[in-house]
This record gives sequence, structure tokens and C-alpha cells, in this order.
Amino acid sequence: MQCIRKFKDGVMKHLLFGIGVSNIIIIFLIFLFILSNGIKFFNSYSVTDFIFGKKWISLSELYGLLPLLVGSFWVVIVALLIAVPIGILTAIYIAEYASPKVKTFMKIIIETMSAIPSVVLGFIGLYVLSGPIKEMFNLTSGLTALTGGIMLAFMAIPTIVSIADDSLEALDKSYKEASLALGANSVETIFNVLLPAAFPGIFAGVMLGFGRIIGETLTVLMITGNSPILATSPLSPVRTLTATIAAEMGEVVQGSTHYYALFTIGIVLFIISFITNCIAEKFIQKAREL
Amino acid sequence: MFILKKSKAKFLENLIKIITLISVIPIFLIIGYILYTGIPAISWSFLTEMPSDGMRAGGIFPAIVGTLWLTLGTIIISVPFGVLTGVYLVEYAKDNLLTRIINLTIINLAGIPSIIYGLFGMALFVIFLNFDVSILSGSLTLGIMCLPVIITATRESLLAIPKHLREASLALGATKWETITKVILPAAMPGILTGVILSISRAAGETAPIMFTAVAFYLPFLPLTYWDQVMALPYHLYVISTQVPNMPAAYMSGTLFVLVVITISFNLLGAFIRYRFNSQK
Repeated sequence: MQCIRKFKDGVMKHLLFGIGVSNIIIIFLIFLFILSNGIKFFNSYSVTDFIFGKKWISLSELYGLLPLLVGSFWVVIVALLIAVPIGILTAIYIAEYASPKVKTFMKIIIETMSAIPSVVLGFIGLYVLSGPIKEMFNLTSGLTALTGGIMLAFMAIPTIVSIADDSLEALDKSYKEASLALGANSVETIFNVLLPAAFPGIFAGVMLGFGRIIGETLTVLMITGNSPILATSPLSPVRTLTATIAAEMGEVVQGSTHYYALFTIGIVLFIISFITNCIAEKFIQKAREL
Repeated sequence: MFILKKSKAKFLENLIKIITLISVIPIFLIIGYILYTGIPAISWSFLTEMPSDGMRAGGIFPAIVGTLWLTLGTIIISVPFGVLTGVYLVEYAKDNLLTRIINLTIINLAGIPSIIYGLFGMALFVIFLNFDVSILSGSLTLGIMCLPVIITATRESLLAIPKHLREASLALGATKWETITKVILPAAMPGILTGVILSISRAAGETAPIMFTAVAFYLPFLPLTYWDQVMALPYHLYVISTQVPNMPAAYMSGTLFVLVVITISFNLLGAFIRYRFNSQK
């Protein structure tokens, strides 16, 4: 009996080790499969044409990355310009002003926001938001980077709020008390003392919000207009990196240059998300050390 | 340094409150819109019939069933694997290079865009392992996507368990594994459960990872095994709102309503468990 128990304990220890390590294998496999397929693209297409190419027209075998980068850029800029200020101020409200009851209520609301599937936001953008945008700016179509950015801001706000709120709540009470004792009012305390002290955490939240925006697929696929052009303003229809994969993978011939080109976009996205996460993680560590 | 007169401070304070209001109003508008347009479109036949007339009539039964299959498959794959990884990281792993690499991979798994999971699932499960476009491929893809959230939730809830619980159990002669299964895991259950529910709710609403791994455009019958293709609610909503011309609005808002009710109720359940548990403490 004793023996069996000890044996079971030992087996589980090794099994758990194996399971822990297999996480490394999974991410290695993801990287391997995206990379190996993506690299094959460069057998038949030059790297410089890909990176600096100004046109993405799959029918003419033109696979230039720039229009897709520009598309993603506009969507990200719009979304961040809306989500960062609103997200941080909302976090300040939750952390500093809200009563416990309101706090719980706000947190449930914010969680509910993050639970809305992206296809639902795409639907709302398509049938509710695009009409007013079209009329307001007198456009031929309401499907623009702006429309996508607004819906994505909605998606990034919960991420930014919850992480910024956590880092504000984690601050030592003495910061606030010292500032108030010196005669600063609550707003001065927030902007001069609390925000700078919580900056690493807030910045990490913004980075993770950025990660969500750049990686979001369905919403942008449905409402950014799907046209891979070098857009000069957010009022133009665009196509993002993610939307290109989603829109074209369905009809592509497996093993063709076009097929591999989509995996190459995958590599680009993978690299962007890897860098974003590493930066965010670094700032989260910094916030914990405070 | 930023110094204010009292009146301006009051103004800024109010501004913060107004902005907060602005950030939460859209969610009420969206939910309101979905309820207002969706409820009249729901009927028993809409929920239990097959789509017909090129998806312009009938119901969404196969999409509901498909979503349930995929969700169940995702749970089967991600929950044991994710919870056990969390247990390993907290209870067994020492702080060495390997552990740091595992932590780094989990952080990066969490940040990978969902469409990349779709590409990966297609390349590995659908093509390389030849599972084809099936519930199995889709569940594996969604399961891997859910891992980081479940691992992190497990890790955080295990770390929150006080040390003396472990010590008491070990002192009574229980082995480490017995301590974990009989003492630690039950105590950490609410936190783990919340993480599981939240990640599963996200998986149920995802479209990008299943587009090329699990779903079919239109399937007027139900799946029989894990090797079959399915229809799924999020992809169905995408298809009928963008690919099918002259789609009746009621059909779309009904589908939208069902999808949102499923994902939000999962989520409220998770929130309920968490706040109930927190208030008990």
C-alpha cells in the first residue's frame, strides 16, 4: 500500500514534468509550421519585393506587404487613440473614485465587454456603425479603417482597463497618503504621483491592448473594406494583415506561391506578437518589483 | 508638475467620470440592440430546425450543435492539460532556466493572434496529420488557444493557497500528489473554474481558428463523429452576414442573439463564481 502510493507520487511527478515541457513543444510546433510554410514563399518570390512591394494582388501574383502593413497601421492608430485615454481614465475611476459596489459592477461590465465575440462586433460595425460613418464623412462606403478602429477600440478597452486598474490598486497606500498630506488634491495626486508610479503596469496594459488589436481578425475582415491599397487616411478602405489571411486562405490552392505567401504574413504577425509580448512582460515584471 | 485650482480639479474629476460613462455606454447599446432585434426573431423552430432555402429560412440547429461539439472537444483537450501544467509550475518546478522558458512560452501563447492558431491548426492537424477539416482538428486548435488562460488561472489560484495547508497535509503523511489532489486543488477550484469558464466562453465565440480547421459553409445534417465537419454559430453568423445575398434581417439577428446569449452567460457564470468566492473569503 505504502509502496503503491509512493510509486504513484513518483509517476505523477514525471508526468507533470512532461506536460509542462510539452507546452514548449507546442509553441515550437506552431513556430515550426508557420515558419517552414512561410519560408517556402521565398523560393519563388524575392524578399525585397515582399517587404517593399506596394501592391498585393494575388491574381497577378503580386505579394507586396506594404499595403497590408499600412492597413493594419491605420486600424491600430485609430483604435489606440480611442482606447488608451478612455481605458486609462476608466481605470482611474475604478481604482480611485468608485465605491466597492460600483467597482464590482464596473468590473463585471468590463468583463462582459471582453466576452463579446469578434464576429459580433463585426456584425454591429457592418449593420449599425458603417451607415452613420458613411454619411458623416460623405464617403462612398462606410467600410473603412476608421470603422474597424472604432470597433477594435471597444475590444482593447477591457484589456487596458483591467491591467491599468490592477497596477493602480497594487500601489502602496503611502504614495497617496503622502501626496494628500502635502496638500495636493486628489486629481493632482493621481496625475503627479499615482500615474507615474503605476506607469510600467499601465504601459504593459497598452501593449497587450495593442496585441489584441493587431491580432484581431473577424471584425477587421468584415468592416474595413477589404482593399489592399496604400491608404493615406483612416477614412479609406484598407485590408489588414490578419484579414488577408482569413479572406484568402479559403480559396487558395494548397502548395501554391499564394498559399505560402499567406503563411509569410503569419510569420510577420508572429514576430509582431512576440515582440509585443516580450515588452509587455518586461513592464509587468517591473511593475511587480515596485 | 501639474498643479490645479480647486475648481479645475473638480472639473477634471467630473471629466474622468464622464469618460468612464462613455466607455461603458456602448456595451449597453450593443446588448440592447442585440436583445431588441434578437428576441422577436427567436422561436422554437428557429432553434431546432435545419437551415433551408440557401440558409435564408429555417433554423440554426446544426450550428448550435456544432458549437456545442467544438466547445466540448475544447474542454476535453484544454482543461486537463492546462490545469496539470499549472500544477506542475507551482508545485513541482524549480526556478531554473527550463521553468523560465516554459513561462515565456505560456506568455507568448497568450499573445498569438487567433488567426495564427487557425493557420497552425490547418498546417499541423488538417494537412500534416491528415485529420481533415473536422471537429477533432478544430477542438485541438481551440484547445491549444485556451491553454494559456487556463494555465495562468490555475497558477494564480494555486499561489493564493496558504502554505500551511500543504504543510499540514504533508505532515500527516500524505504524499505530494495526494496533497495536491485532495487538499490543494479543491481549495483552488473556484479560481481555476473561473479561468476555465472564461477561456471556454472565448473559444465558443471564436471564428478565425475554426475557419480552416473545423467548419463548413453549409451542412444540412448533424455530425456523427469527431471526424466530421460541422457548422458553428460564429462562422455561421459571419457567412450569413457577409456571404449570402438578400439575407432576411430577422434570421441574422436571431443568430446574433443566440451566439451572444451563449458567450455572455458563460461569462456571467464565471464572474458570479469569482465574486461569490471572493466575498466568502
